[in-house]
Amino acid sequence: MWRYILNRLFWAVPVLFLVTLVTFTAMKLTPGGPFTAGTSGRPLPPRVKAQLNEIYGFNDPAWKQYLNYMGGLLRLDFGPSYKFRGRTVNDLMFQGGLLKAPLSVSAQLGLVAVGVALVIGIPAGIVSALKQNSWLDYLAMFVAMMGVSVPNFVLGLILIWIFALTLHWLPTYGWGETPLQAVMPALTLGTGGAAFIARLTRASMLETIRADYIRTARAKGLRERVVIWRHAIKNSMIPVVTILGPLLAAWLTGTFLVEYVFSIPGIGKMYVTSINDRDYTLIMGTTVVYAVALVFFNLAVDIAYVFIDPRIRFD
Amino acid sequence: MAVQERVIRPYPTPPAVEVTLARPSVSLWRDAWNRLLRNRAAVAGGLFIIVVSLTAILAPWVAPYAYDKQDITSRTRVGPTAEHIMGTDKYNRDVFSRIIWGGRVSITVGVVGSFTSLVIGLTYGAISGFLGGRADNLMMRFVDVMYAFPTLLFVIMIMVILPSENAVQAMINIFIAIGIVGWVGMARLVRGQFLALKQKDFVDAARAIGVPPMGIITRHLLPNALGPVIVALTLGIPGLILTEAILSFIGLGVPPPFPSWGQMISESWQGLRATPHLTIFPGLMISITMLAFNFLGDGLRDALDPMMRGTA
Repeated sequence: MWRYILNRLFWAVPVLFLVTLVTFTAMKLTPGGPFTAGTSGRPLPPRVKAQLNEIYGFNDPAWKQYLNYMGGLLRLDFGPSYKFRGRTVNDLMFQGGLLKAPLSVSAQLGLVAVGVALVIGIPAGIVSALKQNSWLDYLAMFVAMMGVSVPNFVLGLILIWIFALTLHWLPTYGWGETPLQAVMPALTLGTGGAAFIARLTRASMLETIRADYIRTARAKGLRERVVIWRHAIKNSMIPVVTILGPLLAAWLTGTFLVEYVFSIPGIGKMYVTSINDRDYTLIMGTTVVYAVALVFFNLAVDIAYVFIDPRIRFD
Repeated sequence: MAVQERVIRPYPTPPAVEVTLARPSVSLWRDAWNRLLRNRAAVAGGLFIIVVSLTAILAPWVAPYAYDKQDITSRTRVGPTAEHIMGTDKYNRDVFSRIIWGGRVSITVGVVGSFTSLVIGLTYGAISGFLGGRADNLMMRFVDVMYAFPTLLFVIMIMVILPSENAVQAMINIFIAIGIVGWVGMARLVRGQFLALKQKDFVDAARAIGVPPMGIITRHLLPNALGPVIVALTLGIPGLILTEAILSFIGLGVPPPFPSWGQMISESWQGLRATPHLTIFPGLMISITMLAFNFLGDGLRDALDPMMRGTA
């Protein structure tokens, strides 16, 4: 098992390497470059531009610049921001302390959303499977299909329109000042996941309750409650766990739209803003942070899988 | 009762292909077709897709106004009226017409994009699955690395680099981005199918009578792997429509004045309070179109899933 985990860790390295290489190459290929225009939009005087190029090391050959950047990354130094002169990417991503830093805000939102998704998705899937082909099942699966299909930024905008602008129940933007601010973003982000989990849970449950060991459990006279809770539900959770990694990954990349729409000062909003500003070091920094998170979640799920399903052997 | 149940699995289990071979192949597709027609959600989804595609193709004749026509007799940003059933935007343009034109972008990206990844993924997966052994191992390692790569971030990155002067160029750039990363899932699926099918006796038989490798791939393996591929293709389309919408929403997709649904939302959502119709209508179009493809894809899976055969 340890060999398996080490193997997985080992394979994360080329992925992360590829991410940084592609991102860096992309930055270099971009026409224009960061200093074609000053903050006012007017072209910079040539001498200022030359000076900036010198300071930021743009006169070095590309491979040297990449090595410099990688060297910085290994020391967790993402370099200076191009847009906010005098600030570093680290500053921008980690400033504000444990609760207010953009990275932390994003993580809080993600956690709440995962909670919403699990709390709605798993029970809905189980009930659907147990009452298969009832109106409840059809309704739940129709709603789940909608949840899978409606893009989260569209859902977010519709929620804002209804609950903030029309009914005036909830604030439209912000994070961390009142719990009310978390309601819409968490629902927006959570429902898509809930829908997906509900569909998966239902399918998995349906397969499980037809298994021989469930018939055996019934045959030996166990109460229905015990059969369902101890045997069926537990075993049908395995596919749900496997999907959590890719799901978290999809979420993470989806969060930036939700953060953008609800104006939540997280790393996702920073990502979108940096794209609009063409702030390359910040784009690269946030992309790398996202990629590391994705690889990490996939890894965590793979490892969790070992503990959940003892039938699986790894070589 | 058994017909109605939906079994969701990542890849339909291949062994049952034997069962399909026990019957003439015409009856298999006819059977699947009949099963699909009985699924009301799938039929509704399919009809909606046909309507949206046709109106998008025939936009110059169907849409009441051109996408960039400024109706100076109308007030700007009015809600739905008799002349403009979805209202007008800040330049007095008809929202309904722009939604019809915008359908061109979504449908094209969805269909062409998924065929792009189909061609690449099918070729890669077929070669890998057919060769097997060390070559297969190496090719799949590469797929693993690509699979862990955050697709959307990569697409965004490409769109940042490649300038899009007009709608056509933007769509070509999107296809390039999708072509580079989107084929990975399809390659895995096809390879899995091929590995399973390769073991079958009919492939041995074909080889024994001297059918060349290309012939085995195109005549014997591909047709039998087609069902899951069609399903994956259909279910992949909503993801691509979403990708385009996201890109246009954050300002990297189709540039104005040609409309795309995501771009229409991008231009209007900050004014949601005063002019909700500019945001809500395109938002609904994206959602309903994705829903339609998902229903159709689900219906196709139920209809083509060989596991279900014989239970009706």
